[in-house]
Order: sequence, then structure tokens, then C-alpha cells
Amino acid sequence: MVNNLSSSEKTPLWRDERVLRMAAQVISAVIILGFFFWAVVNFLAITTQRGMPLTFGFLKEPAGFPISESFIPYDPTMSFGRAFLAGLTNTLVVSAAGIVLSTVIGLVVGLARLSSNWLLSRIALAFIEFHRNIPLLVLLFLLYFGVFTRLPRVKESIVLPGPIYLSQRGLYLAWPRFTETGDVFLGFTAAGVILAVVAWKVLRRIQETTGRLTYFSWVSLGILVLIPLIGWFVSGGSPLWMDIPVLEGFNFKGGLRLTPEFAAMLVGLTTYTAAFNAEVIRAGIQSVRKGQVEAARALGLRNHQILGLIVIPQALRVVIPPLISQYLNLTKNSSLALTIGYQELFAVGKITINQAGRAVPVFVMIMATYLGLSLLTSLVLNIYNRRVQFIER
Amino acid sequence: MTTSSGIVQPPAAPKPLEWARTNLFSNWFNAILTIISIGFIYFVLVTAARWIFFTADWRPVAVSPLLFLVGQYPRDQLWRPGASLLISTFLIGMSWGVWERYIKAFAIFLGVLLGVLALIPLDTPTITPVVRAVFIANPFLIYAGYRLGRLPAVKGSLVISLWLIASALITLALLPGFKNIPALPSVPTTAWGGLMITLLLAVGGIVLSFPIGVLLALGRRSSLPVVKLFSIFFIEVVRGVPLVTILFMFSVILVLFLPAESRIDRIMRALIGTVIFSAAYTAENVRGGLQAIPEGQVEAAKALGLNNFYITTFIVLPQALRLVIPTIVGQFISLFKDTTLVVIVGINDLLGIGNAILNLDPEFVHLQMEVYLFIAVIFWVFSYFMSYASRLVEKALGVGER
Repeated sequence: MVNNLSSSEKTPLWRDERVLRMAAQVISAVIILGFFFWAVVNFLAITTQRGMPLTFGFLKEPAGFPISESFIPYDPTMSFGRAFLAGLTNTLVVSAAGIVLSTVIGLVVGLARLSSNWLLSRIALAFIEFHRNIPLLVLLFLLYFGVFTRLPRVKESIVLPGPIYLSQRGLYLAWPRFTETGDVFLGFTAAGVILAVVAWKVLRRIQETTGRLTYFSWVSLGILVLIPLIGWFVSGGSPLWMDIPVLEGFNFKGGLRLTPEFAAMLVGLTTYTAAFNAEVIRAGIQSVRKGQVEAARALGLRNHQILGLIVIPQALRVVIPPLISQYLNLTKNSSLALTIGYQELFAVGKITINQAGRAVPVFVMIMATYLGLSLLTSLVLNIYNRRVQFIER
Repeated sequence: MTTSSGIVQPPAAPKPLEWARTNLFSNWFNAILTIISIGFIYFVLVTAARWIFFTADWRPVAVSPLLFLVGQYPRDQLWRPGASLLISTFLIGMSWGVWERYIKAFAIFLGVLLGVLALIPLDTPTITPVVRAVFIANPFLIYAGYRLGRLPAVKGSLVISLWLIASALITLALLPGFKNIPALPSVPTTAWGGLMITLLLAVGGIVLSFPIGVLLALGRRSSLPVVKLFSIFFIEVVRGVPLVTILFMFSVILVLFLPAESRIDRIMRALIGTVIFSAAYTAENVRGGLQAIPEGQVEAAKALGLNNFYITTFIVLPQALRLVIPTIVGQFISLFKDTTLVVIVGINDLLGIGNAILNLDPEFVHLQMEVYLFIAVIFWVFSYFMSYASRLVEKALGVGER
């Protein structure tokens, strides 16, 4: 130190912090860029040699391959771009359904795990440990090849309460559909939801500022039920009807059909993720200290108030971040669907690569889409997370 | 040896009846739950037992256990994967001797597992006494390694160098062989398969990704903008896309970015993909460890006159890496499961062998349930006991208790 100070007028170049930092940056930049440059040069050489231009013009060309199921109108005469979109919708539908169902099942299993009933808690543990320790792909193969393709023929369908029919042709279940008056009912329902939220916020603020009891949850719940109910009667005739599958000839008519591929994918993704969600939720609830509940009880809060005002807000803080990453995992895991023939984004992309022979542009699109989905989901949920976190500190 | 008695038990075990009253029949709701649960468990167990013992046809699983272990590896060259296994278990034993509690639970689990495997009464001609002997030798080799590792002369650095030498020897010489050495004839990687591939990819993936992940984690925390930006970009892109796309990219697209006519073995390509994927996750795990190191440590090191390089390598990293060991084990387990995705790029890992066996005989075509269930059980046993061992290690070391 002393030496340094006395001879500080001239630091040698190789010990000068600023010079070293610049050098490190330049060297790393040169290495990274050099590597990219090298790869791109190779790539251009190969593509010009094979005649695979790096353009996206092929997206407008007719795709020429069928997609086994699609939630948007699609047929092989439509373009590659449309096919890609159909694949993307398939990904989104299975992921969204999986996220909702895995959260619900995860919550149930997580609570069962915490149950004071020893047997129930063990069953939940078995569910969790079974799913957490086998690869998702093996689970999907088990479900698809072992269960869904082994189901009996339509005539001998397995009937589950609902009615849900399980057969080789997939899963048929009763599903509510809108009649012509459905729009009116929907309008009323939307209005009811909005009003209920507004009432909840306003009344809650009043209660918080004045201390006067406004019974905001009851009032908004009443609004939420009453207004759609009024809509139901105003619309004249039932706005909804139950579309129940009926066996006609060799196939079912009506109802909602899930193909074996979709059903296997959904069940696999859901139960697999639910096991992880259950652990997340259990940990979250356990993270709320016992003293919190005891203190709330000592203050005279009721049980539902303790749950809604003390336990859940604190548990959410712990639960949300890992839950976000589970949802992202689920969305990414939906790409495994190509192995069992549910044609989502990645499967369609793979066929496109074979058909159009444009590996790199298609691949850029696939990666960018997944990346976009990931970033979007984490952005939305992070905003929510920030609000939840803000409550406490 | 606290393997089984390590479970925390209440001071005095309550009487069975009392226990049942508090845990199963504390109130009427609980009683109903208990009765439903008993019915459910009974139904599941009876259905499963009936299926396992009467309905299921286990021929595809029993026809060739060796296929599941090593794939199509030439049967007259089986000593090579066998020797690789024995070398590895011996070194695991040595590591146990040197690092004691970090490795102990894993080493014991491995020894027990391989010993049990050797004793499974399978009546197939492919499982020769020699194959059984190789398996039964493992527990003894682990113990021998342990005794050797306990010797004061054996240091950690020696074991690490032995590991490096052994893994290079196994992956570059022993398993692939050479074209012109008759004693070690070349075995193309197309013949490799089964659990061997699964383990190679998982272990190779985690080990090779580790240094890259540490560098990326340091890069992400670096104050140099270029390094930081590149690290963030790499980590976020890799974590944002599914493993399938990365594997697919490295098996199909990578060749387009290399000089024409360059060839990379397909297992190598899958391994590169696995390493890249795993590195991004390692980086985030290590970053978590780095963030947990109090700033005071760095400041104290600075006050002592250490430069940045010394601070990182001797003060920050050793503490951070110790903290992230449990997370890395968890990551290894999930990577071990994720390696099944290589079937999508046409590699015969454990799952791929399962698919191949289903096509082996027309009679097997409809036996998917049996084959995939068998594979699921293998993965389950490995993953469950690895995470169990890791929990024991955590408890023994008090890692995570701060």
C-alpha cells in the first residue's frame, strides 16, 4: 500500500484498473463476435451452396400438410404462416387449460398434504412423489400409448359420471353452449363482474378509511350473483344449453370432444405440474408462522378473516414466484406434444422445416415465439407479484 | 450410519389406538375422509396388484435386460461398459472417503442399488454370472475406495484428477474404442444405448455445464457491460425455450453453422445441447449462491489487499458453491429425467430402447404400458433416492440453515 502511494504517479499499464477493464471487454467482445462471425460465414456458405435463402417469404406459400386438430380454421391449402398460427393456438390452448387445471389440482393436493388426516396426507404425498420422480415424457407415453390408445371402441365406451365417455376416439363430455340469447346473458354477466369489482373496491376503501363495516365481500358477491341472474330471466329462455354427447351409429354426436392426443397431453401436463404446484402451495402455506394465526385469533378475527386477511396474503408472497416458473415450465413442456402426435407449435414447425426446407427461419420463429411467451408470462405475473409483495413491506 | 434411524421421531411413540384417534378420527369430517381414503387405497392397490401379477405381460421387459442397460453395445465387448462402471463406483467410494458426508448418502445408495440389482432373480441367458459378478462387485469396490480415500495421503485434488483422467479414459477411449487397435475395437455410438446413455448425458451434462454456468453467473454479476449483457442474453434465451428446441437445434441446425464437411457425432451433439441447456440453469443457481454471500466478505478481502481474481476464487466462490450444492443436486435430478428427450432426436437412451423393444416382436406391440411403466420405475427409483440422499446430506451439513 505504502509503495503504491509513493510511486502513484505512473501505474504500469497491466495494473491499471481502467485499462484492464477495457481490455477485458474488448477481448470478450472480439471472442463472442468472432465466433458469431465465423458461424455466420459458414452458414452463408452452406445455404448459398444448397439454395436455402434466409427469407420469410415462404410463409405465404401453401403449406400442403394437414394438422390433425386446430382451434382456428385450417386446411392444407392455407399458408405455412397459417399453419404456424394453428400450431401456436394449439400450444396456447393446451397450456392455458393445463395452467388452470394444474393450479386447481395443485391446490387440492397441497391442502390434502397439509391435512391433519394422516392417510389423506400420505395419498397426497404419493401423488406428489410419483409425478416428481418420473420424466414427463415417460408419463406422456404411459398415458397416451398405455391408456388413451388402449381404450375400448366407441360402442363399448367407458362411461364416467358427467356423462364423460372414454373411447378410442377420445374423450366426449357434456359442455355448456350459448343459445341465441347468450349474448344478452354474457353482457349482463360482464356488467355484473365489473360492478362487483367496483363495489368491492369502493366499499372496502370506505371501510378502511372510516372503520364503518360495509360488508363489502357480501355486497359484491350479491351483485356478482344477482345481475347475471337478472340477465338470465331478461334474455327470455335459457341462454345456455347443455350439449350432451349421444351415441349415434358408430360415433358420438354433440358434446365436447377431446382427441386422445389432446386428452393425454392435457392430463399428463396437468398432473405433472400439479405435483410441483402442490409442493409450492404447501410450502407457501407453511411459511406463514403459527404466531400470525394465533395473533389474529387473539385480536378476535374470525376463521375466514384469518384465512383471507392474514394467511393467504402472506402465503401468496411466497407462492407466486415459484408458481410463475412452474407455469412457464408447463408452457415449454407442451412442446413434448410432438412425440404423441398433438400438433402444437414445435410439431408444426418441424413439419414446416421438412416441407419448406427452411430450417433456420422456422427455427428462429419457434424460438422467438417460445421466448416471447415466456417473457410475456413472466412480465404479467411479475407485475402481479410486485403488487402482492408490496402489501407487506 | 444414520440412514434409517435419522428420521426424527416424537419423544414417546403414542399407542396405536391413541395415534389413530388423533390422526385419523379426530372429528366426523376426518373420519369420513379416512374411510374414503381407505376405500381409495384399497381400490388402487387391488387394481394395481391384479394388473401387475395377472394381466400384465412382462416378456418385453424380461427378454433382454442388457438392452436396457447398454443398448446394442456388442455383447463380446461388454467388459468395457462393465469396467467403466466399476472404475466409477470405485472413485465414488474414494470421494466418499475424502469428502465424507457430502458423498456418503449417495455412495451408500448406489452400492445398495447395484447390489440389489445383481440379486434380482431373472431367468434369462443374457444375464451371465459374469454380469451379475460385475454388479455385485460394486458395493465392495465402493467400500474399498472408501477405505482408500480415508487414508491421510489421499487428498481431494488427487481424487479430482483421478476423476478427470477416468472420465476422459472412459468416454474417449474405453467406450468408443479405436479403429486400429484390435484389443479395443471401435464401437460406433449408434450401438450405444440404454441407461448407459442416460447416465452419460446426465452426468456429462451437469459436470461440463458446471464451469460454464459458474462463468456465466459471474458474468451476469460483472460490472463489464459487454460481458454482463452477453451473459444475460445467453441465460434468458436458453431458459426461455424448451429443451426440445435446443436439442433439435444442436442435432439439426448446428451443422449449418460449422465449416462444410465437419461432422460431430450425434451423441456429442445431444451432449452439447444438454450442456448448453444445463449451463443456463446452473448459472442461475450459482447466482443465487453468489447473492447470498454478504458484502462484508468482499469488503474484508479488499481490505486485506486481495485483487478481484483472488476475491472471487478464494473468498466468494467457495462459499457460494457450498451453498448451492443442494440446488445443483436437484438440477442434476431434473436433468437426469430430461435426458429422455433425446429420443426425439433419435438417440436410444433408456426410453428409446423401450420404444425399440416394442417393435422387436409383433407380440410386444401392445405392451406399451408394461415397458413404459418399467422405465418409469427405473427413473423413479434413481430420482427418488437421489433426492432422498441429497436431503440427508443437507441435514448432515446444515446447508440451507442460515
